[in-house]
Amino acid sequence: MTRQLNTPMDRGYSLVMGTLAVIGLGILIVPVIIVLLSSFTSSTVLKFPPPGFSLRWYEALLDPVRSRHVHVALSNSLWVALSATALAAILATLAALALNRVSRPSARALEAGFLSPLILPGLAFGLATLMYFSILGFRPSLNLLIAGHIVVIAPFIFRTTLASLTQLDPALHESSASLGAGRLYTFRRITLPIIAPGIAAGAFLAFVASMDNVPVSLFLSNARTNMLPIRMWGMMETTLDVRVAAMSGALIVVVLVLMIVMDRLTNLTRRMSM
Amino acid sequence: MSGAATSETAGVEWRLAAPLGLTYLAFFAAPLLILLVMSFSVDDNLGGFSLAAWAKFWGDPFYRGVVWDTLRLGLVTVAMTTLFAYPIALLFIASGPGLQRLLLFIVLLPLLTSVVIRTFAWIAILSREGVLNQALLALGLTTAPLNLLQTELGLVIALMQIEMPLMLLPLITVMQQIDPSLSDASRALGGSKWRTFRKVILPLSLPGWIAGATLVFASATTAFISQTVIGGARLVYLPTLIWQQAMVVYNWPFAAVASVTLLVAVLAGVSLFAMLGRFARTTA
Repeated sequence: MTRQLNTPMDRGYSLVMGTLAVIGLGILIVPVIIVLLSSFTSSTVLKFPPPGFSLRWYEALLDPVRSRHVHVALSNSLWVALSATALAAILATLAALALNRVSRPSARALEAGFLSPLILPGLAFGLATLMYFSILGFRPSLNLLIAGHIVVIAPFIFRTTLASLTQLDPALHESSASLGAGRLYTFRRITLPIIAPGIAAGAFLAFVASMDNVPVSLFLSNARTNMLPIRMWGMMETTLDVRVAAMSGALIVVVLVLMIVMDRLTNLTRRMSM
Repeated sequence: MSGAATSETAGVEWRLAAPLGLTYLAFFAAPLLILLVMSFSVDDNLGGFSLAAWAKFWGDPFYRGVVWDTLRLGLVTVAMTTLFAYPIALLFIASGPGLQRLLLFIVLLPLLTSVVIRTFAWIAILSREGVLNQALLALGLTTAPLNLLQTELGLVIALMQIEMPLMLLPLITVMQQIDPSLSDASRALGGSKWRTFRKVILPLSLPGWIAGATLVFASATTAFISQTVIGGARLVYLPTLIWQQAMVVYNWPFAAVASVTLLVAVLAGVSLFAMLGRFARTTA
């Protein structure tokens, strides 16, 4: 006897699970498609389906006068994300090298500490940094935003680097050392090439997380140091500005391209599901 | 090889954790400490010691209700996300490599799309003239447009898209490791598909579900943008309260009390899920 014939109950199972899976996938993907299509609307209000198609909102978004604030926010966000990702990559890689294969309880506690910003409510941390910096007498600046973002995004790089270090065979280190190679040389020629895809995948996630960060930017940015998500939130709250849809469309395309490139380079999809 | 040599290398490399450790001390631990001290202060300069903010927060049924609503939002989102994540994960496991790639792509795309954009999309879908109401009216499923914005149902639907990838990624990872012959054996022994799901897949995938549920709970309770934009003025959760008190009312000690409460509430929820995991492992 091999497989049972499908009973009505089994068919019910397949029907229920199949329907739920289709609805679930719809919830994931339909909003992205709707934003993309709405961004090409010719109308002045956000309506789906659009009454006609045009590029007017993309033009409005590129207009240096009308969309100056958006451009400033975008360049601020890019600068903060690039700086924070670069610094976090160095700090998190060093920390991952230190804690790799150390099983002392203190090391496990430190590891949990480094990962904790992933779980802690970001908004509480954002407010905490605002209070902290204001008591120290610092005025809002992009450097403070970089410091706040490093804490929030370093765990992404720490996690993927730690995961790629577990795939590193310790025998490689020993043979390199026994052949007379110095520790730095071994790191550069053996360790780094093996863990580089892990660092890159983590850095990509960290960059996206920084560009999209709301909880920290909400408290640390002001009119001068405005950040893109905060600006877009403002445009959405006051008037349902259709430029937000155009901005969304542009960002979705950028993320899509980055995702495909990163997947080719680092097998990102596999790393993210680890 | 020799124990002395490895522990020596470990000792040297140990110090490499210092730069990140010090960064966390200065920009993570210290701010959180200030937040805690602020909650016991009289004014926003950390002057004096007072329990007034705590007494005001916990003495008022409105604020207690906000805490409860926030926790409930997290739990409902976990439940709803689970309902759809399992079928998608099952579909993923049963698919070939090509379809698996496509499914992973569909799962990852919302995760990498800005939270503001995703919320914006849900306004277009859930509003009275939105896509969903148009579809329901056209299908004759409703005679008057449903009001989904500013309702908990609408908020949970919008949150589901944002949170489902967080549940799916660990769930799929764990379910890929389940030996398919176990399900085959259950089926061959006469177990129905429902029974096989309940007795084989559900218990074996529990570690993945717990990892996912933890992330979903932590993320849904602190999802400020979705909560303010979809929830509007009618639904108030802790993040909205914190923002209003800190940036509109400028009552920093009170905002600190709300923040510490949010921190403790999320940590309590996360510990609960971790305990559930340990309990499941010992009884399985």
